[in-house]
Amino acid sequence: MTSVELAQFSNAAVYATMLSLSLAMVCFAVAFALGRRRPAATAAGVEQVTAAEGTTAVLTRTTTVAASEADPGRRWANVGMSLTWLSFAMLLIGVVLRGIWAGRVPWGNMYEFSITAALGILGVFLVLSIGRDLRWLGLFVVIPALLTLGLAVTVLYTEAAQLVPALKSYWLLIHVSAAIICSGAFTLAAATAGLSLLRSRAERRAAGAEVTGWLNRVPSADRLRTMTNRIIAFTFPLWTFAVVAGAIWAENAWGRYWGWDPKETWAFITWVVFAAYLHARSTAGWRGDRASWIVIAGWLAFMINYFGVNIFVNSLHSYAGM
Amino acid sequence: MSSATDERAQATGAPVPPLGTVGFLRWMWRQFTSMRTALILLFLLALASIPGSVLPQRGTNPIRVEEWLSANPSIGPALDRLGFFDVYASPWFASVYLLLFISLIGCVLPRTRQHWRAMLAPPPGAPRRLERLPVHDEVRSSDDVDAVLAAAGSYLKSRRWRVRMGESPAADGGDGSRWVAAEKGYSRETGNLVFHLALVFVLIAVAIGGLFGWKGNVIVREGGGFSNSLTQYDAWGGGRLVSPDSLAPFSITLDRFNVDFERGPAQRGAPRLFQADVTYRAQPGARPVQTTIEVNEPLEVDGAKVFLVGHGYAPHFIVKDPSGAVVFDDSVVFLPQDGNFTSTGVIKVPDAKPALGLNGMFLPTASLDPVRGGVSTFPGPDNPVVFLSAFRGDMGLDSGVPQSVYRLDTSRMQKVGLKALAPGDSWTLPNNSGTVEFTGFQRWASFQIAYDPGKGLALAAAALAIAGLMLSLFVRRRRIWVKVVPATEGGTLIAIAGLAKNEAADLPDDVAQIAAHLTSTSEESRA
Repeated sequence: MTSVELAQFSNAAVYATMLSLSLAMVCFAVAFALGRRRPAATAAGVEQVTAAEGTTAVLTRTTTVAASEADPGRRWANVGMSLTWLSFAMLLIGVVLRGIWAGRVPWGNMYEFSITAALGILGVFLVLSIGRDLRWLGLFVVIPALLTLGLAVTVLYTEAAQLVPALKSYWLLIHVSAAIICSGAFTLAAATAGLSLLRSRAERRAAGAEVTGWLNRVPSADRLRTMTNRIIAFTFPLWTFAVVAGAIWAENAWGRYWGWDPKETWAFITWVVFAAYLHARSTAGWRGDRASWIVIAGWLAFMINYFGVNIFVNSLHSYAGM
Repeated sequence: MSSATDERAQATGAPVPPLGTVGFLRWMWRQFTSMRTALILLFLLALASIPGSVLPQRGTNPIRVEEWLSANPSIGPALDRLGFFDVYASPWFASVYLLLFISLIGCVLPRTRQHWRAMLAPPPGAPRRLERLPVHDEVRSSDDVDAVLAAAGSYLKSRRWRVRMGESPAADGGDGSRWVAAEKGYSRETGNLVFHLALVFVLIAVAIGGLFGWKGNVIVREGGGFSNSLTQYDAWGGGRLVSPDSLAPFSITLDRFNVDFERGPAQRGAPRLFQADVTYRAQPGARPVQTTIEVNEPLEVDGAKVFLVGHGYAPHFIVKDPSGAVVFDDSVVFLPQDGNFTSTGVIKVPDAKPALGLNGMFLPTASLDPVRGGVSTFPGPDNPVVFLSAFRGDMGLDSGVPQSVYRLDTSRMQKVGLKALAPGDSWTLPNNSGTVEFTGFQRWASFQIAYDPGKGLALAAAALAIAGLMLSLFVRRRRIWVKVVPATEGGTLIAIAGLAKNEAADLPDDVAQIAAHLTSTSEESRA
């Protein structure tokens, strides 16, 4: 393939991904609109049923209710999941071709960071969805991925070119790949945290009765919070690693491991906010909605770091290529 | 970071106890080292960091601080007094993180003692009613009690549980059962404590770097060099405990500076290669070593690192007086002003009579813009042109006030002319008062030389912090009890239960697996 063809194929793959993600979004939305009941069975086929005497629960084995497959909403959600897998595969091709076209890792400017971040969001979601029923989360993953790609192709698009000398280092591979996985995982955590806030409000309104409306299809606020917590528990050490790897690189490139460059400052702020979240999880009065708000604040700090600092602030990390 | 009892006390809004001074101080200290305080201080730390990313900072960009101050004369000085242009060195920022670290130490030390005791203590005995625990199961086995207990014990041990065998004799008010108690996941708390202590070491490493480290900047023209002593640097900053007289005595010569820019349509003009060919000597008289310094590839000499941080052009001029005698013959460092290396600089010729000063602008690829006049359209030297404006008079060199080599004080000088020169061009100054020849240009490179004795410790502490963090987030502390009683119809009744301190997703699996293991050897039937 010639270089021009490679470029065309890469861009075509990104556009095809956007089309298929849009369809996935429609499917997930229809699933919410159609279905009324979330099936009782959980992924492991084991449900912890809370008994009357407080926290005690018994193990009961439940089988997946075959009838629930007749639920039309479920079928739409299944199509949505398939389309999400397809989107991931096409976007992966798009990102790889971009790298081959440029002759380097495809992380040289903001267009490339963004399409890889969208890949990261989808990838983290799909990996988590293996062995778990996460169809209810699909809509809230597809939307940010689609927005990221939309911004990438419209505002951030840059022709592939060589790296500036400052980026020529194997630390680019280590530091940026860790940061990109974190972007996907933080986005996912913000989605589950946001849903837990909506769901917990609905639960309060229902006052003990079953939650109605589309939030009925979403797991309980408690389960959403548990999920958020697990995602952050995985992502926080990785984010710490990404920051430390960045510090090692900075020491090697600029002569200091920490210099309060705006990018470093916001990475630090993100780190501190998620550290606060982990502390909130074991502080009375902070475990519920407040903790979820902290996750959203941490995600916002991450986004400010990505969009705000790259585009608007004069930083050593201004590699937007715009 | 507080213990469970603290949290309960806080949750119920415990009032200040009517205690004496010591009691009150103890109560204050407990509040201060509580998780809630840590949480508030973390929020404060995040908030306090924000202004430094929005306002220019002296540490990174002093020139933009001055610009900001002159553009905002109303609030600028007030913000300056409050330390907003040096946020990360300001007392209020320091107080937030120091309080946080004191709170951290005050919490981690007692917890370390607590954890040490817990690690030495055997797992707690089986509670009376296992079926009340969050995860439990009951199975039967045809084996006798001893065999089941032995099997449970060895199974748990092989999976690295800490195991304690025990019984609850009916004589002591127990249920007459024998049991195995097992506990696992102590490394969760170990990791947690290691993580927090590692953060303290990161802070210590930063302090060591601040006190004993130093950093200098120097601009070197091709063919020129410098040696590592204070007078040779254009800018130098060191910690309080650095003695500037005892810097490592190395010296470096810049032989050649190689640079390449993108010429393709995408990102045209973006840098593609910076490379400084240098020769260095570790000590005066030592064997010279040739090497290259690139971005991301610093040179390490005597514990200090030499980084390539910038480059630019140094046009070369020869100035002659009316009699033809050479009064100036040197290349002059011009500082780049934009991405296309439009560079400005000053030529001071005190030996001309009267003294001659020239403000210069060097354009590596000059083109004429109808609005902006002469501009550079590419950072490479495709069409180098220098614009000069000449002044005669008193440059103020004898006033005793230190002067910047990049600024010409024209307040007591008179403008005598303006000229654009290409390499090789010569300009005869008005009234035949001498000539200025632009012979060509050299390149210069700017180096930052940094020495930070704390960075090794910082790296080790950061690595330790990540390891501790992973343990504390991935390991789950949990207990399992296997209680065995003889069944009336023969064989044994086995009750298994699990309890997790933190939510443990795999605890049901642990319980299910041991149930399966204990029934696998006998005819099994579920209770």
